[in-house]
Amino acid sequence: MKAETLATLNTERAARRPVILITDISDGTQRLVKAADFGADPLHAELEKQLRMGKSAMVEVDGKKLFLNVYAPTARLVIIGAVHISQALAPLARSLDYDVTVVDPRTAFASPERFPDVKLIAEWPDEALPGLHIDHYTAFVAVTHDPKIDDPALLHAFEKNCFYIGALGSRKTHAKRGDRLKAQGVSEADFARIKAPIGLNIGAVSPSEIAVSIMAEITAELRMPKTIPAELSKVSNP
Amino acid sequence: MLNRDEDILQAAEAWQKAGHGVALATVVETWGSAPRPAGSNLVINDDGTFLGSVSGGCVEGAVVTEALDVIASGEPKLLEFGVADETAWNVGLSCGGTIRVFVEKVAQS
Repeated sequence: MKAETLATLNTERAARRPVILITDISDGTQRLVKAADFGADPLHAELEKQLRMGKSAMVEVDGKKLFLNVYAPTARLVIIGAVHISQALAPLARSLDYDVTVVDPRTAFASPERFPDVKLIAEWPDEALPGLHIDHYTAFVAVTHDPKIDDPALLHAFEKNCFYIGALGSRKTHAKRGDRLKAQGVSEADFARIKAPIGLNIGAVSPSEIAVSIMAEITAELRMPKTIPAELSKVSNP
Repeated sequence: MLNRDEDILQAAEAWQKAGHGVALATVVETWGSAPRPAGSNLVINDDGTFLGSVSGGCVEGAVVTEALDVIASGEPKLLEFGVADETAWNVGLSCGGTIRVFVEKVAQS
């Protein structure tokens, strides 16, 4: 690998832009393709397929074996609500390599004592979220139980097409949320993207167990190309 | 904390800039039960220092040894490890799978 290829790879990753490195295994020749340039590439179908699956693979083109190494941005987790569940969720997500940010305008909740070593923003979502440059490679969790805080945050998550959007609340609470969001112009399709009640159904009771069920659901959304089996996605962390 | 992929590749760039010989090993194919998926990186410098992984720790030692050769020669290598392979048996890819690892030097062009 040329030193400048490695430098470009690191620059693109730091900017959270996906790239694919194509290596001809027979002689080591390489080229790096930025996602923005996929459309014009002779291998665009293969590149788009592998990026969509988030999977690196060997492909054969004109008798040549080419390895497509997909470098997608590191997943991030944005948590709306500095609540008890978040205190368990933030360190768990960090151990799974997520960059974690917690947003809650209530300074009594969003205190460094309650969230050591976590990026914490004690502002309203409307103020805090635009600066976070939330993108598709972000999992978004709204757990304040307060519509004044959760609802505007969810609108932002739809706009940025986060790969996972979850919200705490019982089915009843969630139905009311649906009424409010749709009154603000949210489409059925966007509303249906919200995982609620949040988390896989593993019978979680404590905040830590609920954190495990949420991270399991996020992992499934990130890693499984297909939808999760229905029996696993029916849930109960109200 | 474990090293993330970003940290691994940034370390490779930093080593190279500091004047080290550096090699990058990448899992390019897997068959059967493989501990790390295709695309996983291991970076090695000429001190024998390495970061990342291409297996569950089974074949890293052998990959590092080969990587030092690649740093010296500049020629890339394609390595294969599997249970059926006597070398792999010795270094112990015990999970039953087979992996191919591409090892290349990071070099100024």
